[in-house]
Amino acid sequence: MTLRLVTVLALVALPLGAALAGDEYVAVPGGVFQSALKYEDAKDGVRVAPFELMRTPVTNAQFLAFVRSHAAWRRDRVPSVFAESRYLSQWSGPDELGPAALPQQPVTWISWFAAHAYCNAQGARLPSWSEWEYVAAADETRRDARKDAAWRERILDWYSRPSNRALPGVGLQAPNAYGVQDMHGLIWEWVEDSSAILVSADNREQGSADRAKFCGAGALSTADSENYAVLMRVAMLSSLAAADVTTNLGFRCARDTP
Amino acid sequence: MTRIIGIAAFVLAASLSSSATSTADPAAAAPLPPDSVYQLAAQLTDQDGVAHDWASYRGKPRVVSMFYTSCQFICPLIIDSDKAIERSLTPAQLQRLGFVLISIDPVRDTPKALRGVLEARHLDPLRWSLLSPSAADVRAFAALLDIRYRVLADGDFNHTTALILLDADGRLLARTEQVGARLDMQFLDAVRRATGG
Repeated sequence: MTLRLVTVLALVALPLGAALAGDEYVAVPGGVFQSALKYEDAKDGVRVAPFELMRTPVTNAQFLAFVRSHAAWRRDRVPSVFAESRYLSQWSGPDELGPAALPQQPVTWISWFAAHAYCNAQGARLPSWSEWEYVAAADETRRDARKDAAWRERILDWYSRPSNRALPGVGLQAPNAYGVQDMHGLIWEWVEDSSAILVSADNREQGSADRAKFCGAGALSTADSENYAVLMRVAMLSSLAAADVTTNLGFRCARDTP
Repeated sequence: MTRIIGIAAFVLAASLSSSATSTADPAAAAPLPPDSVYQLAAQLTDQDGVAHDWASYRGKPRVVSMFYTSCQFICPLIIDSDKAIERSLTPAQLQRLGFVLISIDPVRDTPKALRGVLEARHLDPLRWSLLSPSAADVRAFAALLDIRYRVLADGDFNHTTALILLDADGRLLARTEQVGARLDMQFLDAVRRATGG
């Protein structure tokens, strides 16, 4: 009942929310939580300092405004070392969205470098993986809903849907317990330290000579193998290079608490 | 006395950096290729405390790695690999090659720490550049070179290791993750080709 009420309220608030979906940040209190990844150096949990996170992912409209003021990031000018050829390929032109990219849709086909540059230009940064995972653990009412099988099921359901359908706009889903939206169920998101995720994409490599690739404690393994939704994100991010783009990979920015 | 040393270091650094710049100058006239790592606008500080534009390393092929000076295990092996390459080249080939080590730990890798490694490992500063980016740029360098690293709770690092051969314009020619005294022969062949056979 409460859940339904929250959803209804979210729908009612929608037009307002959509209009405000600019660079709106939500304050996230710090805390300690157990990552789904097994960190040998943080067995008692990962400490997250207070920070601020964008309430919704960056939209096509927001990224268009950035590209218009930072022409080096136009798709016809960006060096290939920062973004592969499909960068912003859903737009009809280098500085226009066109019918296949609605203003309120999250921007995708974005490389890590482009996401990084956008956030820097706002005086912000990309969230760290730990920050992202911490906020993504929440459902509408609880800051850590990860033990709830029904919630896990609901999130997983999105991952099983085909990705060839048009993306909904941002801010249509109910906010989570922090007031942040679309952590699940809309897109995949870059994080600042995507390149910190040392999970081997290939299980056969575990424990072999390949460990020598990792100076120190070696590759990460998973602490919560039931948390498929998070682990799929980890697997995806660890497989990408920073110039890569994909059909449903976007981002949002974070910043330190002032 | 310290001031004299400081000045001497500065003069030495200035002469080194001007020589690096003059090597890069002829090539710098042409626009950078889109796939050049020198597209990244960033500055790095060397073992003498001198800041260099990353793009000023354009101009000759270089073997680039990321490391940190307090690394006990793999990082010394990176330098072993570089030195094995050094020993395998002719003097003429060596003249055409540079070695670059970029720190993932700029907070602790001060010029003094970088110079310590340079001296302890007897690295010729004319050929070797040990550099710290700004803390905000480390991830971008790692992304550019596809090096993965994670800061551990105690301030140490997990990281992947690679030697990356760039051409004079900063394009990737070869990459190996085999480090240590035993050289990756294919990588060495690529270095030889890049430095004129």
